[in-house]
Amino acid sequence: MQMAKKIMMKGNVAAAEAAIRGGAEFFAGYPITPSTETLETLSFRMPEEGRVFIQAENEIASINMVLGAAACGARAFTTSSGPGMALKQEGFSYAARMELPYVVMNVQRWGVGLGMLDSGQVDYLRDTRAGGNGDYRHIVYAPDSVQELVDDLYEAFDVSQKYRMGVLILSEGYLGQMMEAVELPPFKEIRRPDWGLDGTGEVGLKQLCPTYNMALAHELLPVRQERINRVCREMQRWESVETEDADYVLVAFGLPARVCVDAVRRLREEGCKVGLIRPKLVFPFPYDAFHRVNPNVRGFISVETNDLGQMVQDVALAAKRELPQRNVPVYCYTHSAGVPRVQDVVRYYRSVLDGAVKEVY
Amino acid sequence: MKVIREKPAVIQRPHNFCAGCSHGVFYRLIQECVEELGYSKRQIIAMGVGCNCNLTLSKIDTVDKFQCAHGRAAASATGIKRMRPDLLVMTYQGDGDCGVIGLGETLNAAYRNEKITVFTVNNLNFGMTGGQMSWTTLEGQKTATSVRGRDCAATGYPIHLPEIIAGQFRPAYAARCAVYDPKTVAQAKKYIRRALEAQINGEGYAIVELLGICPTNWGMSPVQAIEHLQKKALQEYPLGEFAGGEQAELAFLRQEAEK
Ligand SMILES: Cc1ncc(C[n+]2csc(CCOP(=O)(O)OP(=O)(O)O)c2C)c(N)n1
Ligand code: SF4
Ligand SMILES: [Mg+2]
Repeated sequence: MQMAKKIMMKGNVAAAEAAIRGGAEFFAGYPITPSTETLETLSFRMPEEGRVFIQAENEIASINMVLGAAACGARAFTTSSGPGMALKQEGFSYAARMELPYVVMNVQRWGVGLGMLDSGQVDYLRDTRAGGNGDYRHIVYAPDSVQELVDDLYEAFDVSQKYRMGVLILSEGYLGQMMEAVELPPFKEIRRPDWGLDGTGEVGLKQLCPTYNMALAHELLPVRQERINRVCREMQRWESVETEDADYVLVAFGLPARVCVDAVRRLREEGCKVGLIRPKLVFPFPYDAFHRVNPNVRGFISVETNDLGQMVQDVALAAKRELPQRNVPVYCYTHSAGVPRVQDVVRYYRSVLDGAVKEVY
Repeated sequence: MKVIREKPAVIQRPHNFCAGCSHGVFYRLIQECVEELGYSKRQIIAMGVGCNCNLTLSKIDTVDKFQCAHGRAAASATGIKRMRPDLLVMTYQGDGDCGVIGLGETLNAAYRNEKITVFTVNNLNFGMTGGQMSWTTLEGQKTATSVRGRDCAATGYPIHLPEIIAGQFRPAYAARCAVYDPKTVAQAKKYIRRALEAQINGEGYAIVELLGICPTNWGMSPVQAIEHLQKKALQEYPLGEFAGGEQAELAFLRQEAEK
């Protein structure tokens, strides 16, 4: 097979192209830094491919347009960041009610409210839980390179239709803005599902579990749970670096994870037994990865670019579940905005060793 | 006996609106027009949140309906129509849904001239939640949140959606109708049909406000409510076409005559 050529692309632009090749037929969005290049690229690439692009009046309208298109069986896509993602939450909840698939990319910006234009991982807790009302989840990819971003988006539409769940690409400011060499996949043939509103009133949404049927609320509980359980069984993905003999295991996703790979290498050179778990998806969280670490591990260190520590909660739950006999301490390095340097991670590791910082859990 | 009027074939079960409610008549007229235009099996309705949800709950028909979030029907209808331009795409909303919480979505869809048809039932209040004040509530009208009568100086004045849209944007069609006697029913049907034709002919956005009664929350019998509508509501909300329709035809004919 002939290898496709690698080209230099900005994360957000590559994401747009990957979505098109993955079969996105419909996009609605509203500009917001640092996600805007995806929308700008799609504004001309979608019509070029005979697909729909709408610049909506805001993010509430965007997601509700996406839901309308998704209800017709279309592969629908939207992107945003910070305050724009906040506005979409109502729509996500409605999508969950109707089991509508769609793909949304959150190019996270750091901060609260209007936030800042700096990179960050501030939306982890909301995006791995339910941001809108009710019990639901997204399947959440957390790429650490432009190539992985492309691969994730390319796959996302299939996965979202397979489970009839929203898929969220948890990107971050710097990943969207940086350029890397990528190989673009070929165009997928667009397949329509066997359900969807087609005007006849005869096909419909064919929901697995219509939640508005109150009479069946309890009866259908196992159906609703099994779908999420299935996702948890089938979609855990991670990368492990030298965890089998590690005394301390770093846990990081996205760009901080790349820094942690270098931190592990540097510390190993100095004789410190340190490893890394990098979740490639953060929902479902890769519990299984924790099953395979050194059973005598002395601590987990979550490395995150936010202020209060978010993923550390999942790390603690994973440690409890996979190493139930041992109360392994779980630490959290909260770097705040941007991306940490290798020396920041190394310094934090040393302060764990000499007891200067306390475990969170 | 000769049958002169039959219910639209898609409607299979009775509705469960309150006695005297205008919703049933409006919806029937819409489906009559859809049927006459040959779109019964090529239609999707984006449903608002309000008493209109009873259409879905009572399983009155099997028409493809999409339950939108409260106020977002024009946005979801936009997504549906852009994906399926071959289908007849309508919204069916209350005045609160379309003109209060959804005012943004409604005006923005009209602004873009989306090729959708918006039906909004104006019953002067939030019916479903028990009769609170809406932007359409008349001056002095008592509701659950204006117990001494609406004070417009403090809460704003009745909103006129079709007039706003006709005056500010370039919709294909904008009108208001009611259904309190045979004459107005005939007029309503004509307006509804024109609003649907505007979409079918690719002319663009159309909105029809359906001025209705809500005996339950007005605290009146259906007969009293109809009287109230004629005496009070019609003064604030005149029936007629504000964009497209007969006026546009006349203007066109006048222009042609001058040439
Ligand atoms: C976001 C949100 N806020 C509030 C509600 C509660 N709610 C349901 S219907 C409604 C008002 C509906 O009024 P209108 O659109 O005029 O419809 P009507 O019932 O009068 O026909 C409200 C406030 C809701 N469902 N969603
Ligand atoms: S509350 Fe009013 S609008 Fe709602 S069904 Fe009853 S009469 Fe009709
Ligand atoms: Mg109302």
